[in-house]
Amino acid sequence: MLRMALALVLSLALTGVAQAQSTDRSQTGGAQTLEDIMARQEGLKVDDSFRSEATGDPTRAAPITGQLGTLGGVSDPELWRAMRYDTADISVQQRGPAAAVLVQDGGMVWLDFRDGPLRRYGGWLLLGTLAALALFYVIHGRIKIDDGAAGTTVTRFTAIERFGHWLLAGAFVLLGVTGLLVLFGRLFLAPTLGKEVNTALLIWSKWVHNNVAWAFIIGLVMIFVMWVVHNIPNRTDLVWLSKGGGLLFGHDHPPAKKFNAGQKIIFWSVILFGGSIALTGVSLLFPFELPLFAKSFEWLNAAGLPQMVGYGELPTVLAPQEEMQLAQAWHAILAFVLMAIVLAHIYIGSVGMEGAFDAMGSGEVDEAWAEQHHSIWLEEVKEAEAAKTPAE
Amino acid sequence: MKAMLTGFVAIAVIAVGANLILDNAGFAARDVQSGAAVRLD
Repeated sequence: MLRMALALVLSLALTGVAQAQSTDRSQTGGAQTLEDIMARQEGLKVDDSFRSEATGDPTRAAPITGQLGTLGGVSDPELWRAMRYDTADISVQQRGPAAAVLVQDGGMVWLDFRDGPLRRYGGWLLLGTLAALALFYVIHGRIKIDDGAAGTTVTRFTAIERFGHWLLAGAFVLLGVTGLLVLFGRLFLAPTLGKEVNTALLIWSKWVHNNVAWAFIIGLVMIFVMWVVHNIPNRTDLVWLSKGGGLLFGHDHPPAKKFNAGQKIIFWSVILFGGSIALTGVSLLFPFELPLFAKSFEWLNAAGLPQMVGYGELPTVLAPQEEMQLAQAWHAILAFVLMAIVLAHIYIGSVGMEGAFDAMGSGEVDEAWAEQHHSIWLEEVKEAEAAKTPAE
Repeated sequence: MKAMLTGFVAIAVIAVGANLILDNAGFAARDVQSGAAVRLD
């Protein structure tokens, strides 16, 4: 069940190709055969309903007074199978919704995903992005102000806007670094720096990740409230995009308002991906309290989306642990994508473009820079200033 | 640059504050997921 769900959510094809097979089990009286075991060891998908459903039926069982009668009408193997497939009626003294799940085999799928594709594709995505940015810098160099700085400045971002930006940005960098340490620490740091160093780093990372998350959420809300009005797509974005922002194809800089189409893409990526990361993050911070995926899958099923791409209906009954595993997987996938996007944002806002950092540094940008990159916005600012200045 | 530094200081304040509040409110995993009969340390 989890495998099917992950396959859609992750949109990463699981490497093993599932193969259905029909096996004659008359020789073993219905129990698993050597073929079943061999197929499982080869990583092939085995339809194990012959085991998962053989959990006994007390209404049809021999009475306890009979020769083959068992207590409760269920034999020991049937009871163990029910435990293994999480269908047994377990009662525990332990608190918490997950305590009654004794075996949750979706955990292995999640672990394999986290240790395999997540690290592999996520890691290469970040390295690839860095390489692409370095290559762009080598080929294109720094984007300069075409006719040199004007020397006069205009206020681009107020103090509260910059505060919100840096609250979000600082939190994001801390969360990104600590998230990567948690995911890759055992793989790269433990063998090189030693397990003690890795342990200390992980304990620190966990504290930072869990608590800085709130600063990220506050920053996210702040920039959404402050900037959403300026980030609604409009016709100038099409012109801007058709000219590649003037970055890739020479010096023909298309007009833009406060935010150009590229910045709007960054904004909406941060809001949507960041919002989803925050939501799954809070779900992970309070384990089992805020399950998100069973309900989401219900909505997706009703909308017919998974069926449309050939996955069939997604499971809507998930073990508490499965909810957490899906939340972690989704949290990490989106985080990798957002980190790649933000790397490009950091590049263009610092070394990639002359005059860009001032916007978030001092808040004051050179007028020539503003004219080049945000001409419509500059006009609007000047008109507003002229309107404020009383006529003499 | 003042806004940037204020933002960074706010991150630290929020993080320490969140930790204090959640710890004292009984949201630590050891409080939520275990009972008196469980020995964790």
